[in-house]
Amino acid sequence: MEKKTPLYDTHVRYGGKIVEFGGFLLPVQYEAGVKAEHMAVRTKCGLFDVSHMGEILVQGPKAKDFLNLILTNDYTDLQPGFARYSPMCNENGGTVDDLIVYMKAENDYFVVVNAANTDKDFAWMCDHKIDGVELKNVSDEYGQVALQGPLAEKILKKVVDEKYIPAGYYTCIFDADFKGIPVMISRTGYTGEDGFEIYMPAAKAPDVWEALMTAGKDDGLIPCALGARDTLRMEAAMPLYGHELNDEISPKTAGLGFAVKMDKPDFIGKAAIEADQPLKHRRVGLKVTGRGILREHLDVYRDGKVVGHTTSGTFLPYLGSSYAMAIVESGAREIGAPCQVDVRGRMVDCEMVGLPFYKREK
Amino acid sequence: MFYPKELKYTKDDEWIRFEGDEAYVGITDYAQSELGDLVFVNLPEVGDEVVAGEAFGDVESVKAVADVMCPVTGVVLELNEELLDDASLINSDPYGSWFIKVGSITDKEELMTSEEYDAYRG
Repeated sequence: MEKKTPLYDTHVRYGGKIVEFGGFLLPVQYEAGVKAEHMAVRTKCGLFDVSHMGEILVQGPKAKDFLNLILTNDYTDLQPGFARYSPMCNENGGTVDDLIVYMKAENDYFVVVNAANTDKDFAWMCDHKIDGVELKNVSDEYGQVALQGPLAEKILKKVVDEKYIPAGYYTCIFDADFKGIPVMISRTGYTGEDGFEIYMPAAKAPDVWEALMTAGKDDGLIPCALGARDTLRMEAAMPLYGHELNDEISPKTAGLGFAVKMDKPDFIGKAAIEADQPLKHRRVGLKVTGRGILREHLDVYRDGKVVGHTTSGTFLPYLGSSYAMAIVESGAREIGAPCQVDVRGRMVDCEMVGLPFYKREK
Repeated sequence: MFYPKELKYTKDDEWIRFEGDEAYVGITDYAQSELGDLVFVNLPEVGDEVVAGEAFGDVESVKAVADVMCPVTGVVLELNEELLDDASLINSDPYGSWFIKVGSITDKEELMTSEEYDAYRG
């Protein structure tokens, strides 16, 4: 049975259209619609319920060694109050999940994983646990909201003392106070925009939501749902597990080489990733130059031959046209090259483009 | 939801307006609302044959694609080319945004009145 997040009743009250996602009942859009929600995040601010995300505690004297073993990124120099993204690979170099590790203190890490993968990830971590590490799945204890957009900081300052607002991207404050509610605030997000993710005790999620909605009213803050979360992350070319990443796709193929540290002594999947050089397949962006909307799982053609397939695709509201991400043969991947995508039997002309499609001005 | 009295409706959420022996076809307020922000329409060519109960085109929102079924069998006389440039017109004016005009009509699907359709979709 699908779970409800602590904000389920709030979504219904705000007119959210509820769907099942990652085992949870969540809104796909509110009354404003996907486009308006998307544009609010790019130009003003949007508030998302992301309580479905999983949270796992990794603690103990060998916690850092454990993270360095199971994750492809390097956690040796991560400091308390900082966050770092990483894929987690299997022995074949495929991706178990992608996640964010927050360092709370020495030997104390807070790991945030994809909702649908929480049980799989926790089982994987337990199976590969080393002595001196304690693991705890605390997903049900936390609610999480994401306040995203250029006005996010302005709005957050109305309800939270400035000293609790993390200044740098991928930094976090664990012991923040939100109107008397103990919260963790991080400057992270999945939209390509400035913003914050706020973790609180599950029962307090509706209070945090309402306080932010009230604070942001005059700044154009609107509730945003899964539909806009997907178009925003796609515009920013952020991978989505189950699309650009899965148990068979290596992070290098997906273009996440920046988070795969081959100079680490060892990590699960390293040998397989090393053996897959040069890469046979790579991620690329596609921009529609003809007419049509691309979706996932469509064949990509160059010179009449299938060279790969799309992994995500839609109409991107801020850029105002249709794009996709695809995984194609490395030899066929050429930025600027024309290609075609088979959309239900109709060949749609496209061009291979670099990623991300959208990058905010800093 | 609004379902004008002068139109007839299908169970697949298209509307049809007969003018003499020709007809205009579009999608209902319910359909556009369910699909959400529409961003693309794929239409047949003028002169193409369309068949009652079969898809003649599709509409795409940010999240989904849906076939548009033809309530009648006939020949496409005209396309609403405005929709090809701006599919969001269907969201803002579903009954002004006809997709195709059909002539030489030889057959039609079972159609509902606005009251029947309202009872069907609520």
